[in-house]
Amino acid sequence: MHDLPWLSLTTFVPTLGAVWLMFLRGDAERVASQARFIALWTSLITFVLSLWIWALFDPTTADFQFVERSQWIPQYHISYHMGIDGISLFFVLLSTFLTPICVIASWLSIKARVREYMMAFLILETLMVGMFCALDFVVFYMFFEGVLIPMFLIIGIWGGPRRVYAAFKFFLYTFLGSVLMLLAILQVYVVTSSFDIPTALTYDSFPATMQTWMWLAFFASFAVKVPMWPVHTWLPDAHVEAPTAGSVILAGVLLKMGGYGFLRFSLPMLPLATAQFTPLVYGLSVIAIIYTSLVALAQQDMKKLIAYSSVAHMGIVTMGIFTVTSEGLQGAMFQMLSHGVVSAALFLCVGVVYDRLHTREIARYGGLVHNMPKYAFCFMVFSLASIGLPGTSGFVGEFLALIGAFGRNTTVAFLATIGMILSAAYMLYLYRRIIFEKITKDDVRAMLDLHWREVLVFAPMLVVVLWMGIYPNSFLKPMQATLARVMDRVSHATASNADAAKAIELAQH
Amino acid sequence: MTTTMVPDFLPVLPEIFLGLAAMALLMVGAFRGEQSASLVTWLSVAALVVAMALVVEVGGGRKIALEGMFIIDGFGAFMKILVIGGSALAVLLAHDYNRRRGIARFEYPVLILLSTTGMMMMISAHDFIALYLALELQNLALYVVTSFDRDSRRSTEAGLKYFVLGALASGMLLFGISLIYGFTGTTDFESLQHAVQGGDAAHSIGIVFGIVFIVVGLAFKASAVPFHMWTPDVYEGAPTPVTALLSVAPKVAAIALFVRVMLDPFHGLTSEWWQVIWVISVASMILGSFAAIAQRNIKRLMAYSSIGHVGYALIGLAVGTDAGVSGILIYMAIYVVMNVGTFGAILCMRRDGKMVEEISDLAGLARTRPGLAAAIGVFMFSLAGVPPLAGFLGKLYIFLAAIDARFYGLAVIGVVTSVVGAYYYLRIVKVMFFDEPAPAFDRPAGPVLGTVLTVCALLVLLFFIYPAPVADGAKAAAATLFAG
Repeated sequence: MHDLPWLSLTTFVPTLGAVWLMFLRGDAERVASQARFIALWTSLITFVLSLWIWALFDPTTADFQFVERSQWIPQYHISYHMGIDGISLFFVLLSTFLTPICVIASWLSIKARVREYMMAFLILETLMVGMFCALDFVVFYMFFEGVLIPMFLIIGIWGGPRRVYAAFKFFLYTFLGSVLMLLAILQVYVVTSSFDIPTALTYDSFPATMQTWMWLAFFASFAVKVPMWPVHTWLPDAHVEAPTAGSVILAGVLLKMGGYGFLRFSLPMLPLATAQFTPLVYGLSVIAIIYTSLVALAQQDMKKLIAYSSVAHMGIVTMGIFTVTSEGLQGAMFQMLSHGVVSAALFLCVGVVYDRLHTREIARYGGLVHNMPKYAFCFMVFSLASIGLPGTSGFVGEFLALIGAFGRNTTVAFLATIGMILSAAYMLYLYRRIIFEKITKDDVRAMLDLHWREVLVFAPMLVVVLWMGIYPNSFLKPMQATLARVMDRVSHATASNADAAKAIELAQH
Repeated sequence: MTTTMVPDFLPVLPEIFLGLAAMALLMVGAFRGEQSASLVTWLSVAALVVAMALVVEVGGGRKIALEGMFIIDGFGAFMKILVIGGSALAVLLAHDYNRRRGIARFEYPVLILLSTTGMMMMISAHDFIALYLALELQNLALYVVTSFDRDSRRSTEAGLKYFVLGALASGMLLFGISLIYGFTGTTDFESLQHAVQGGDAAHSIGIVFGIVFIVVGLAFKASAVPFHMWTPDVYEGAPTPVTALLSVAPKVAAIALFVRVMLDPFHGLTSEWWQVIWVISVASMILGSFAAIAQRNIKRLMAYSSIGHVGYALIGLAVGTDAGVSGILIYMAIYVVMNVGTFGAILCMRRDGKMVEEISDLAGLARTRPGLAAAIGVFMFSLAGVPPLAGFLGKLYIFLAAIDARFYGLAVIGVVTSVVGAYYYLRIVKVMFFDEPAPAFDRPAGPVLGTVLTVCALLVLLFFIYPAPVADGAKAAAATLFAG
């Protein structure tokens, strides 16, 4: 069963759906309803395909699997090269899992230009999946940057009142970061004379100074994507203005592109620079964890609060990655997956009440537990998962990442733990203000509990959150071999560099 | 006894054919009168197609003809195909427009044919005298078509401005050529190449002065900063199909000439001139991206955009390697398609029978004309260099050449200005997709225009699927430039 191009299928089935949508004809109402169903089915088929990939995935090897390769632009040694390993597998699954949820979540809340909306999401899915599967730098970069186009349109067309500002900020921020990465990619080509990613990952002789510059160029792109403090300011704006499903994808997948980039490129390809810049990343991560948690505490807008909490959570991810310990890396990966589901779910929770009252101001709500018990339950589970309560997905990731950090640098771990306490503070504070207390406002009293379609959205996410919390091994196992290899490469390179330095020192004496 | 040798005309066949075709069509027009405009238009498109076929037929083998005046090689063939394609599309774009404006005269396509002949000879020039004559043939025809809408004050003003400044630039060029001649005693590229390679005399200050003046003249023709001042005014004032032509064919020809002159006769002096090109390139990129932000007229915006794009193309020249040249070739090929498409779209901006040119007139186009808006959106994202659209691949090869030759500063400035540039391209997307609709444009756009627009949009959108032929052609063509 390995001979079918599974990855290409998973990547391009959504595009086929989008092309199909383009040719729909008829009156607007019918086109809209057809578009919803076509988008739903396309994304579900894609999801099933990606599940099948998971089933066939061999967790014992660190090598790339499901590899497809064909010539594309032979004059420049660019080939269409796809494959996944333990790092990319779950990001593909995350993308395909969230897309149908987005489609259902926008079923009725999007009324204008439904067909274009669904097309944008399907194209976005293609680009996300393709980005995680790409094993050629040019292919990777095309998917990586291509994501900006549909996301720009989604924020700009279907977003809130300040959508134009948010869309531009999102686009230009990320574009600036990425073009610098492009230069680093070109440098890789100049050195290895190939755009092939596996070749670059095992290439051992990037000179140390060159590594520094290349690392910084990659960092410019990934730090904006993650986003790390201080380049996180596009995120709250983009989240607040994006439609609910846009926020879901933004928080669920697009932020992970940064973490994925660090794991895929910065660590194994530029190990010396990674070791050199670890203090910087620690510093920025700790600031992100504490500072943005404090900022979150002061927010009056639900989406903004969750957006800032995302920055804090991603701070734990970057900290975990740069510990380069097996716990730290696994914790960071797991935290990314968990955050992908949990923050997506939290944005959907905001979407539910926003659809009813058309405001995200926290003070406008209160006492929802009385008339929306099902909603209160879902919101509670996801809030607790976001805090990192044992038994939910959030715990495993944060715990592992902190263990990794303790092994390397106790100060960093200590400060990060403070951030976790703060995360409990702002989430519970948010929860209290929205769900508990007495209902004082008539429009809030009139709000209806979850519709069955909304239950359908939340149910799979609840299952995943609990599954990841209770039996994390089904997710940790497939990534272990690959992460171990990443770790080996970094420790090996730094060790041999130290040896070389010692040898030079000896020779000088 | 001496026998008269008949020179080898075969390499010049496309140019000779096109020149004769222009004269024949002039006769057709003169005898059949004003109503022959449409016929002459179609015949001239046919002539351009035949000329393109002849260019392909003559091929890319390096050959010097006409006593060293004329050279054909793969580089020239590639550029000529682009120029002919751009001209043919510009003739087509003008077809409906001129009729609607009431300026459908047969002289228009004939002038474009003459100008194209000049461009092709520029590309193939192998001697400064031949170069200058070809350049003037191209220019004179262009001055006339720029003021072709002679009842319009803006059009005549644009033509006059173009002419005065163009004459000045030609003077500079000529002065540079005479300096070169004075210090080396030759205008022939091959002799020059030998002359500048030998010893101290080669690096004499006089030659460097000559090169600088030549660069000034060429930078004017390519509208590179700081000799770009004419561009926005001429682009805005000229009839839109002429602007489309100006932004495509002469620009390709000028870049080709630039590359040829710098890398053929003056290749040995690369160390002397690369800073000049570096500065011009950086200045063009910066000005092109920042000055366009404030524009409200879409033709002016495209003028600044074209200045920026020349800056990117010149990166390939500053680098001076064959990777750089093949980057330029790919870049220009993609640039032609993007620009023709964009101007095709601008020609669709017609409300109540009148052309409108403000960016705000595009407001809400995605609702009133979704197809047109999608096409413009594709062009804008491509001009901004966002993957996977064609414009990205153009930039990719240029920057690859820069990194390969360790021009890191140039590459960083290039990508940063492309982010600034992205802002104003995105602004057009924003106006079309995010804003509330303005009154709809007139329909129909016209079958010719619609076809050109659709083909260009699809090419730009889907180029990434199979770019290998263009990359291949460019690489082979660039290699021929360095073979000599």
